[in-house]
Amino acid sequence: MKTQSPDTLSVRILAFGIAKDILEDNVIWMDLEPGSKVSDLKSALMEAFPAFEKLQYVRFAINESYVTDDEIILPDDEIAIIPPVSGG
Amino acid sequence: MESQIHLTDLPLDPSGIHRYLSTPASGGIVVFTGTVRDHNQDLRVIRLEFEAYEPMAIKEMERLAQVCSEQWPCHRIAIHHRLGVLGVGEIPVVIGVSTAHRQEAFAACQFLIDALKVHVPIWKKEVFTDGSQWVSAHP
Repeated sequence: MKTQSPDTLSVRILAFGIAKDILEDNVIWMDLEPGSKVSDLKSALMEAFPAFEKLQYVRFAINESYVTDDEIILPDDEIAIIPPVSGG
Repeated sequence: MESQIHLTDLPLDPSGIHRYLSTPASGGIVVFTGTVRDHNQDLRVIRLEFEAYEPMAIKEMERLAQVCSEQWPCHRIAIHHRLGVLGVGEIPVVIGVSTAHRQEAFAACQFLIDALKVHVPIWKKEVFTDGSQWVSAHP
């Protein structure tokens, strides 16, 4: 657990499949503005990792449930990048 | 409705799943087994490598079993998925449903495998003779 300063939202992000290859890690931390939404995280990820643009689409989960782009991220949320799934 | 949801590194056991599904009231049991095939389009597949966001995958499979049982009168539902490296002919997934009549069992089983492929956070990488790729990652 990282310490939170009031003007930064440090979030832990899990990555799987192709997203893990793009991030070159299965967990990363990113600093966002407090009150950021999933759409803001998506923009930050695209900026930091331009290869994300090549993906057809990506979903996000917070605390093990799918969320939409307007979900607000809270300090202790576990965020996961869910690229197109391919089980079965 | 009872359900049995598993993610495992060990080989799956379709006949054990069939035994689990059988109840005295169940006139129809449908068990789907997916197997690793040796090609995708023109490429020769040597093996598949599966990974999952495990706690969420379990939750999603439990949710799908619930949705399924609200749509069809299921006695028991089993969803077992394998993780790790699988060779050609091995079984990555077994889905089974028991109901009073066969029509519901077929429909529910079809729903579950189709929904699993859309919603459950599991990924497979195909390994070919000369490279590899995450399935569905690109258009």
